[in-house]
Amino acid sequence: MSVLEVRNLQTHFFTDAGVVKAVDGVDFALNEGEVLGLVGESGSGKSVTGFSILRLVDPPGRVVGGQILFRGQDLAQLPASEMRRLRGNKIAMIFQDPMMTLNPVLRIDTQMIEAVRAHDKVSAKAARDRAISALSKVGIPSPAERLDAYPHQFSGGMRQRVAIAIALLNGPDLIVADEPTTALDVTIQSQILAEVQDLARDTGTALIWITHDLAVVAGLADRVAVMYAGRIVETGQTDDVLTTPGHPYSVGLLGSIPGHGQRGERLTQIPGMAPNMAHLPPGCAFAPRCFNADERCRTDAPGIEDMERVRQLRCHHPLTKAGGTP
Amino acid sequence: MLVYLLRRIAQSIFVALAMMVIVFFGIYMIGNPVDILISPDATPREIEETMARFGFDQPIYIQFLTFVGNALQGDLGRSFVHGESAVTLILHYMPATLELAALGLIFSVLIGIPLGVYAGYKADRWQGRAIMTGSIFGFSLPNFWVGMLLILIFAVELRWLPSTGRGDTVDVFGIRLSIFSENGLQYMILPALTLALYKASLVTRLARAGTQEALVQDYVKFARAKGVSETRILFVHVLKNIMIPILTVLGLELGSMIAFAVVTETVFAWPGMGKLLIDSILTLDRPVIVAYLMMTVLIFIVINLVVDIVYTILDPRVRVTGGAG
Ligand SMILES: Nc1ncnc2c1ncn2[C@@H]1O[C@H](COP(=O)(O)OP(=O)(O)OP(=O)(O)O)[C@@H](O)[C@H]1O
Ligand SMILES: [Mg+2]
Repeated sequence: MSVLEVRNLQTHFFTDAGVVKAVDGVDFALNEGEVLGLVGESGSGKSVTGFSILRLVDPPGRVVGGQILFRGQDLAQLPASEMRRLRGNKIAMIFQDPMMTLNPVLRIDTQMIEAVRAHDKVSAKAARDRAISALSKVGIPSPAERLDAYPHQFSGGMRQRVAIAIALLNGPDLIVADEPTTALDVTIQSQILAEVQDLARDTGTALIWITHDLAVVAGLADRVAVMYAGRIVETGQTDDVLTTPGHPYSVGLLGSIPGHGQRGERLTQIPGMAPNMAHLPPGCAFAPRCFNADERCRTDAPGIEDMERVRQLRCHHPLTKAGGTP
Repeated sequence: MLVYLLRRIAQSIFVALAMMVIVFFGIYMIGNPVDILISPDATPREIEETMARFGFDQPIYIQFLTFVGNALQGDLGRSFVHGESAVTLILHYMPATLELAALGLIFSVLIGIPLGVYAGYKADRWQGRAIMTGSIFGFSLPNFWVGMLLILIFAVELRWLPSTGRGDTVDVFGIRLSIFSENGLQYMILPALTLALYKASLVTRLARAGTQEALVQDYVKFARAKGVSETRILFVHVLKNIMIPILTVLGLELGSMIAFAVVTETVFAWPGMGKLLIDSILTLDRPVIVAYLMMTVLIFIVINLVVDIVYTILDPRVRVTGGAG
């Protein structure tokens, strides 16, 4: 059964420079216990997609269209008070920058206990015990003592573990993890990845893992959605997308993973710059940077094309035919 | 930390010395106290005798050195009018002023913080704008006018509160205070409100700016992502962050609150050292004026020091680095 189904999500920012369509027609679905990797360059709208699901988009941004069905209930229509009851309870989020997510002047115990008590009217003692067990789950040594510390007494990696522990506190059905390991060094990154993967598997929590790093997705996600300029341009099973990418942009992203191409080959960069989101070209947003673009790409935006049931592409000239040969 | 503290104390001593020079020579410029000490029909001999008794016949630098020497021993001269030591006189009137300033400070926090936090939360809505407009009045209405308006409304029209005087006092360690007696407190409310108005506006603005800044921080968004209620976000997450700068500013403003009290005390006939100062100026009671100014400077210096120390205690981040350095 699907935990989350996002249909034609549109989140726009109404800035002085014009309307920025940060998310413009995003569709995807997520089953229980499934891990979806949401990949794309910086500015492609990954974080905004995540915040839209939790209805935490900051003004001047607003969800202007689409449905966010969480267990069949449309979050986009939910009153603010009911949305608050879901947040941190059924749907949790881990933010991009661990140095900024914890309140610097509140102790860790305050910040964890309030997360429990916002949803469960348990005693402070019971909430504290739950916090301790969450901290030990994410590998924080002597959690009971660490609870009395302030955030600045933790390293970046430890702070992100605390943030993950907070996300786990109420046993959510869905966690949106927004590049939680990007700010950390590589060893800690892989440690945390492995831990989160185990946790998601053990608890049946569905996970949206946002990253710009396809290598991270390879080891973690069941499915991948590749995002470009506010749209998902390709989705599919992780293995399929990584081995036979259908969209020229996915190919470009893959080319920029070290160790993925042939030995000795130079890392390819996607030519050109990420698009200006306030002034997108009329046709396919990727056309100006695409090696395969023609006149049609520059004038009509491609629709979604189902290649197989689980594989979807937004491209006039997909590199993968239904059989899988490029 | 210790080095820092010592340096701050040295700075303070320098400020006190500089202030002595300014105060002494500044006061020396205004009027001749002998004129009011002696009846107009006194003989020149009498005038000379009086001059000699108060040391006015000495050259000015000798007078200054005598003044500094005495000041260092805690002696700032005798009041020409009361005949008492000026310091004793000031100390006698000081508690009334301090308790008024303290209550004013409490009022300005109790009024300013909720208004400011709410205005920051509703910054773009009419509620926020209305509060900001109100705070402009708080800044610009003159103290004495507000005082008289409050007297008119609450004392004359509504008869809820007394208008002038001090009311009952309670002895606390030998100091007479009104704040702990119910009747005395009633007498304090109007003058303290008058005194608080300007500071409340200041706190409102500080709290609003701080709230607006804090609300866009990731930790607020993360608290929302945890499902924490907006009330708790505002009054725990945001408030705890903005209290540090607000308390710092307020602490520093306590000094000016005491200085502001001069006008308020006159309007409400509050027997504090501000009223004493005005009376002394009218009678050219030079030692009392000098003593008042020196004591005020001393209060300023002490407050600044205390605020600095409290600041390091309040902010957990400063606390750690401060301990190491
Ligand atoms: N507050 C804002 N005002 C205006 N535009 C915004 C705002 N926040 C985001 N955007 C727009 O939304 C687009 C998507 O932003 P988003 O943060 O989702 O990117 P991202 O894919 O998460 O990138 P990154 O990998 O750098 O985190 C940006 O290109 C930006 O133009
Ligand atoms: Mg992002």
